[in-house]
Amino acid sequence: MVDITPGPVDAVPPAEVPEVELYHPHSWWTKYVFSQDAKVIAIQYSGTAMAIGLVALVLSWLMRLQLGFPGTFDFITPEAYYQFITMHGMIMVIYLLTALFLGGFGNYLIPLMVGARDMVFPYVNMLSYWIYLLAVLVLVASFFAPGGPTGAGWTLYPPQAILSGTPGGQDWGIILMLVSLILFIIGFTMGGLNYVVTVLQGRTRGMTLMRLPLTVWGIFTATVMALLAFPALFVACVMMLFDRVLGTSFFMPALVEMGEQLSYGGGSPILFQHLFWFFGHPEVYIVALPAFGIVSDLISTHARKNIFGYRMMVWAIVAIGALSFVVWAHHMYVSGMHPYFGFFFATTTLIIAIPTAIKVYNWVLTLWRGDIHLTIPMLFALAFIVTFVNGGLTGLFLGNVVVDVPLSDTMFVVAHFHMVMGVAPILVIFGAIYHWYPKITGRMLNEVMGQFHFWVTFVGAYAIFFPMHYVGLVGVPRRYPEIGDTAFIPDSVHDLNAFITIAALIVGFAQMVFLFNLFWSLKFGREAGGNPWRATTLEWQTSETPPAHGNFGKELPVVYRWAYDYNVPGANEDFLAQNDPGAAKAAQPA
Amino acid sequence: MSVILVFLLVIIGIAGWWLVQQGVMSKPWLEHGPRGALQDVEDPVIPTEKIGLAVFLAVVGALFALFASAYFMRMELPDWQALPILRLLWLNTGILVLSSVALQCAVIAARQGQMDTLRLALVTGGITALAFLAGQLVAWRQLSAEGNFLTANPANSFFYLLTGMHGLHILGGLLALTRTTIRAWSSASPERLRLGTELCAMYWHFLLFVWLALFVLLAGWAADFIEICRRVLT
Amino acid sequence: MAIALVLVLVVVGSIAFHVLSPWWWTPIASNWSYIDHTLIITFWITGAVFAAVVLFMAYCVWRFRHREGNKAHYEPVNKRLEGWLTVVTAIGVAAMLVPGLFVWHRFITVPADATEVEVIAQQWQWNFRLPGTDGRLGTSDNRLVSFENPLGINPDDPNGQDDIVVEAADLHLPVDKPVKMLLRSIDVLHDFYVPEFRAKMDMIPGSVTYFWLTPTRTGTFEVLCAELCGTGHNFMRGFVMVDSEEDYAVWLGEQQTFAQLTEALQTSRADSDALGTTTAQGDAEN
Repeated sequence: MVDITPGPVDAVPPAEVPEVELYHPHSWWTKYVFSQDAKVIAIQYSGTAMAIGLVALVLSWLMRLQLGFPGTFDFITPEAYYQFITMHGMIMVIYLLTALFLGGFGNYLIPLMVGARDMVFPYVNMLSYWIYLLAVLVLVASFFAPGGPTGAGWTLYPPQAILSGTPGGQDWGIILMLVSLILFIIGFTMGGLNYVVTVLQGRTRGMTLMRLPLTVWGIFTATVMALLAFPALFVACVMMLFDRVLGTSFFMPALVEMGEQLSYGGGSPILFQHLFWFFGHPEVYIVALPAFGIVSDLISTHARKNIFGYRMMVWAIVAIGALSFVVWAHHMYVSGMHPYFGFFFATTTLIIAIPTAIKVYNWVLTLWRGDIHLTIPMLFALAFIVTFVNGGLTGLFLGNVVVDVPLSDTMFVVAHFHMVMGVAPILVIFGAIYHWYPKITGRMLNEVMGQFHFWVTFVGAYAIFFPMHYVGLVGVPRRYPEIGDTAFIPDSVHDLNAFITIAALIVGFAQMVFLFNLFWSLKFGREAGGNPWRATTLEWQTSETPPAHGNFGKELPVVYRWAYDYNVPGANEDFLAQNDPGAAKAAQPA
Repeated sequence: MSVILVFLLVIIGIAGWWLVQQGVMSKPWLEHGPRGALQDVEDPVIPTEKIGLAVFLAVVGALFALFASAYFMRMELPDWQALPILRLLWLNTGILVLSSVALQCAVIAARQGQMDTLRLALVTGGITALAFLAGQLVAWRQLSAEGNFLTANPANSFFYLLTGMHGLHILGGLLALTRTTIRAWSSASPERLRLGTELCAMYWHFLLFVWLALFVLLAGWAADFIEICRRVLT
Repeated sequence: MAIALVLVLVVVGSIAFHVLSPWWWTPIASNWSYIDHTLIITFWITGAVFAAVVLFMAYCVWRFRHREGNKAHYEPVNKRLEGWLTVVTAIGVAAMLVPGLFVWHRFITVPADATEVEVIAQQWQWNFRLPGTDGRLGTSDNRLVSFENPLGINPDDPNGQDDIVVEAADLHLPVDKPVKMLLRSIDVLHDFYVPEFRAKMDMIPGSVTYFWLTPTRTGTFEVLCAELCGTGHNFMRGFVMVDSEEDYAVWLGEQQTFAQLTEALQTSRADSDALGTTTAQGDAEN
């Protein structure tokens, strides 16, 4: 236990910042459409991500309807079902979660939280969004292409992904998918450079690395990982595109499809899987780390208590980021790769559980002896811990190579990854939106709708995915549009599936209430003021709300302390903002 | 996947060193005041653009390291037939080296304020880079004339893929170089061109390095080298 | 306040669901009960951690909820507590990992007396091949797949001639004899999955993967494909019958070898060819 009272510090004059070459919009178009302001780009990213996310939500309803009531809906053929799961997965993982956390929250929060006027390369940042939009449009176009979108599953495993037995394999579906991913990666790289270099170079005076809020740490580390991991997907996509369009055999072995010898030969499907998961596993943490960071700040602010073990939290983020590059083959235990890899990857995978567990302990210990305000962001943060702990623990089943053998490719896996990288990060996104909406718009989100949204989403999502583990334990494989009559699967599983479907539809409906709230509160929400949560970080200390172009007024803030000075012994208020010189200010009457 | 893992190890090493430099071991709750653990965060010594380019080059490096990893993994399969090394590639390599040298001269000229030398060096750099690209295209034509088409063998597929990827990166660099060169004629002061020239040179050196690595890879020396290492180790 | 109650209910409900629900894995039919044991250990450890963390959280939320005049305690760090928690976590993780690795070692070490059985997957059916009297399987290659030779068995390999070919029918295995399942695909990725055996593995065109098991009880078990392989994925079913020694011998006696099948096919082909030629001649004369 440390007992400290902040001593008086010298007050310093604010950093004299020369009028930087800040981009100044001259017309409506350059202010709201082709804007180079990170805040506008953030809203564009978020809006696009949520719009495409709605498509994924509708797809999930269709899938659930088919699974819950097989045979009832004629238009959901097996082809359509596979197209739905593929697009749902790809949209959620890449076009929604990655884009929203890094493109949305990253753009809005990084410059504000580190005390910068904007991203360091605003023009590149703008390009990043427009390329992302193009990628989304190409993805959407595949719905309208002949043959429809690809139905290869979001993992796009060759050889089937580019063969005629898979929907879209010999049509436009797979080509548009690969092109869209390549575009996304190019666009993301442009944005990612900004997020990283802004944290490296754009920090205001006094903002040392260890004074950064954990939100910035999470987004920063995730971006570094994404910059290094996305090239693997890029390589896989380019090579598969060559195989599909130009007839090379990078991934394609000699094979006979529907009685016909194809001209491919000698390639290795496993090579694709290595490349894919070299991206795919870090991707899990690319989504999780920003969520870790944001939820730390939500808990600390709404429990009015400093985050417990800040240094450990930072180290854990960095350690998880580094370790996540050496665990990829735990997705491939039953892929037929060399069996000795199993020892290595099971060990690394279970080791990564330790820093992750430390993070969980520290969140919970932050609550201990806090002053917990049960605001909606706090509720979402608590729900995140529950779902994340649940999903993380089932990860210990799947990471432990031999336990994975019976469970892999069953609904257990589906339940696991939805809990840990679907529900948990999305709960954080909701919490974060309720938390920062007042800063973005100047108004609070409606509380009643918020409570409804929270309870239905949390309880409903748990009711969907917790029982789903047991469907997998029974042995139901994933990616089956219907189980059919199978001796070892009792009829009660069908009832459980119907229950899950109904829960999914209800949770989906609650999201409509949330979307309505976003628009309704824009006009009718309670006025928020500059710092409604009495938070310490710099984005709440801007002179205007919503922050004007350039973020801070004439002078950039000077940072005197870390981001978690809540209820410091001896302080007058229950929080000290990062740019608050504290005792020094009080000591100087003039 | 060993190539990319080694590459990442280097990146992690640099990141770790930097984090320690930045006081990642400090206790922020004990430190108050505008300075904190670090002496001075203002006045970054290295220009932001250079840091940005360095981060971008790390991404490009990861990309080519992954291609190399895929190359080695694909190479182990039995249908692999190594390509003959074209003599033209030696010439192309020489031209690319010249291009890099020219841009290094441009940097020196910009630092010393010699506008004429700067302009000359920039143009030389651009033309030699174009010559390199043309040379690569000729190499493609020679290969296909010999019957080594894209789909004939995975080694061929990789040759076209990797040289193509590298060429695209050079092409992207040429856009930036053209911009700098145009500015070299419109603006009078070499001082203002210095950063742009340095960035171009940095990118060029990196792509030269990538090309040398690819050349070693495509010529099969990398595989020989690894084989020797393996023998020494066992 | 409701949240604290709900958190408790989540824990109680989850445990109740686990204990009371009828959904549990199928009764095992192979030697891989080790896998089930490791799974049970994992369930106990993770279940305890889940309950502990969420209940502690519920207590915190209830005990330290905001009331007028409350003040949070100031405690940035507690090294001893953190160290202690790290060590406990590491022990828990090791308790799951170590048995797991031991079982994995067993899983990948095929006993010397295991007989080989080859499973050949294609869109969307299962085929099987058993070594004939010589106890060895002949070589195979997808390049050799044709109408006459649907499994791509090398006709020039003498070892392959007496191989027993089971095309799109059920596989029989003798009970209590270790078998090494060699897995091969002639088109795309598939996964040979029999829930009661616990073991499963992908099959990759162009290479042969494997796992081994000893069936421990007789019965009929359904084979499913567990790797998305195209639109017919969920219809790709087959059956494995684990027989007593005598039943197995009877079944084995009824099967045809590769040589017999090829011969039969060639004869019927020759017949139909001859037939075709005569009709063509007949057409020409008319």
